[in-house]
Amino acid sequence: MTLRFLSGGLTGGRLVMLALLLASAILVPLLNLALPESHPLHVPTYAVTLMGKYLTYALLALALDLVWGYCGILSLGHAAFFALGGYAMGMYLMRQIGSRGVYGDPVLPDFMVFLNWDELPWYWYGFDAFSFAMLVALVAPAILAFVFGWFAFRSRVTGVYLSIITQAMTYALLLAFFRNDMGFGGNNGLTDFKDILGFDIQSDATRAGLFAASALALAAGLVLAVAITASKLGKVLIAVRDAESRTRFLGYRVEHYKLFVWTVSAMMAGLAGALYVPQVGIINPGEFAPANSIEAVIWVAVGGRGTLVGPIIGAVLVNFAKSWFTAALPEFWLFALGGLFVFVTLFLPTGIVGLARTATQRLRRMRKSEPDARNTGGSVTTEPRGQAAE
Amino acid sequence: MAKAETLLYLDGVSVSFDGFKALNNLSFLIGRNEMRAIIGPNGAGKTTMMDVITGKTRPDEGELRFDGKIDLTAHDEAEIAGFGIGRKFQKPTVFENQSVRDNLMLALKALRGPFATLFHRDDDAERSRIDTLLATIRLTARRDDLAGDLSHGQKQWLEIGMLLAQDPELLLIDEPAAGMTDAETAATADLLREISKTHSVVVVEHDMAFVRALGVKVTVLHEGSVLAEGSLDHVSNDRRVIDVYLGR
Ligand SMILES: Nc1ncnc2c1ncn2[C@@H]1O[C@H](COP(=O)(O)OP(=O)(O)O)[C@@H](O)[C@H]1O
Ligand SMILES: [Mg+2]
Repeated sequence: MTLRFLSGGLTGGRLVMLALLLASAILVPLLNLALPESHPLHVPTYAVTLMGKYLTYALLALALDLVWGYCGILSLGHAAFFALGGYAMGMYLMRQIGSRGVYGDPVLPDFMVFLNWDELPWYWYGFDAFSFAMLVALVAPAILAFVFGWFAFRSRVTGVYLSIITQAMTYALLLAFFRNDMGFGGNNGLTDFKDILGFDIQSDATRAGLFAASALALAAGLVLAVAITASKLGKVLIAVRDAESRTRFLGYRVEHYKLFVWTVSAMMAGLAGALYVPQVGIINPGEFAPANSIEAVIWVAVGGRGTLVGPIIGAVLVNFAKSWFTAALPEFWLFALGGLFVFVTLFLPTGIVGLARTATQRLRRMRKSEPDARNTGGSVTTEPRGQAAE
Repeated sequence: MAKAETLLYLDGVSVSFDGFKALNNLSFLIGRNEMRAIIGPNGAGKTTMMDVITGKTRPDEGELRFDGKIDLTAHDEAEIAGFGIGRKFQKPTVFENQSVRDNLMLALKALRGPFATLFHRDDDAERSRIDTLLATIRLTARRDDLAGDLSHGQKQWLEIGMLLAQDPELLLIDEPAAGMTDAETAATADLLREISKTHSVVVVEHDMAFVRALGVKVTVLHEGSVLAEGSLDHVSNDRRVIDVYLGR
């Protein structure tokens, strides 16, 4: 069934991207673990972790493209879903610390001991099990998205107003998670993780494993997104994006479609957050910051909205630039980012992927027209076009 | 036409926008398999009437019934479309970034839920239905082109094709001949006459030659209510109709 969906959408650049992700899931860990440090092809562990982090950002960008690029919902709050997934993973990692914390309490994380709590709050139950925590990393963002979307889409909030309330959503969560009595570590968040699934979280092998998991999760996310967008449902989404009210008059319940893609997208973002946290070693309320969500929008815009592959490229490139800038010229990063956004909006409305598409189309047309110079007049595409009814 | 059973029933429908009455105590009936032409000056309320029937605008008062018992004022756009009322907009509205074929595919009568469309597969029956529609609206050669690349007249036809794909009981068609050549207009009139053999159709149009070609009962709207009703010859000899509309 899935294969049939894919036949329509898994073409060209998407296939290349999928192959790249699968290859790097094997090669990068191999080049890191199997080669001695002196070898020219050795990939150092810090680079593995950095790339792993970029891939989780790419998964967040992909999730955002699904709602923004294909359904026209400009979310300025997607970091909220990412952070919720991250907190679920963080809670699992906290429970794994056990009695190795500073206070040595066998059950309570350090911050709870510090707050003089004497038992684990009920919502921390179950997080000692990895599978439960992973489930929550998907389900918690899904529930938030579903409830938020249920109200927003039914009351037909769209456009700028919707974007603003998504910002408000992530901002409200930011404030909530800052509070110590929420039981999520307040300002400091969750950190000092020791191990994951019994493996030392700092070891090279674990880092390589987390990288591979991120690459595979992104590959799976891409396949899912292609399946969704290539299906008839994907065409309905584009219809909603381009002419919402027309779609309603065809009998489609637009709010159900939005709710579906919004919830799926939130789960992808949650998974991205869950993979992000063990690689960076901390999750704190700062991940809910409105600016994070806006940055994600920029990655998508730079790579090419509505292309699936573009946002992945955009997330990796922009974050690569960010890593470079924050090391070399930290005070200029925000200006560079803002400038990039303005540049893309003005000159590259379809992003890097859009630019590449136009360029290859032009090249193909030029090649085609060379042997048959008389036959170039007027036609815009390379395919022969039927004559319009006259 | 024999005294057919009533399909659409409007009684005393009023709509106002900031105190301005766009529809004012509007009442009329459309029979099953009847085609009706609606004419009237700009601002008479023709488009607003379609908005009210399709759930886009809620009437302030009045009764709106479809197929005997369905109270249209209690339902939204998607539900009303599901009852079998399809609509073509005054400004042609197609999905510009999708192919002509996909526009028709999206309109085809089928389950409308997200899970039904997620697992939808096209089959031979669907493909041949689309081929038939493409031939009917003369866009077979443009099937793979983006709808946005069509000419204005062709978009009008595509939208009529989408209406046919929905296979509704009642078709509301707002100014189909706008932007068409004379030949296209004549062909559109032929097409609508063909459709009206098996569907109820309400057509709003300014083009008198087109309305004459339809050869059906005409309702004249003015300031949100019915000014006159009858054959085209009958209404065009009506003093008030000449004063407010035809005479100008
Ligand atoms: N949404 C609206 N808000 C305010 N006024 C409207 C709205 N829709 C229609 N009108 C007004 O109602 C009147 C009837 O409009 P309309 O139904 O479009 O006329 P017609 O289609 O007969 O030309 C016009 O005066 C128009 O300006
Ligand atoms: Mg009108």
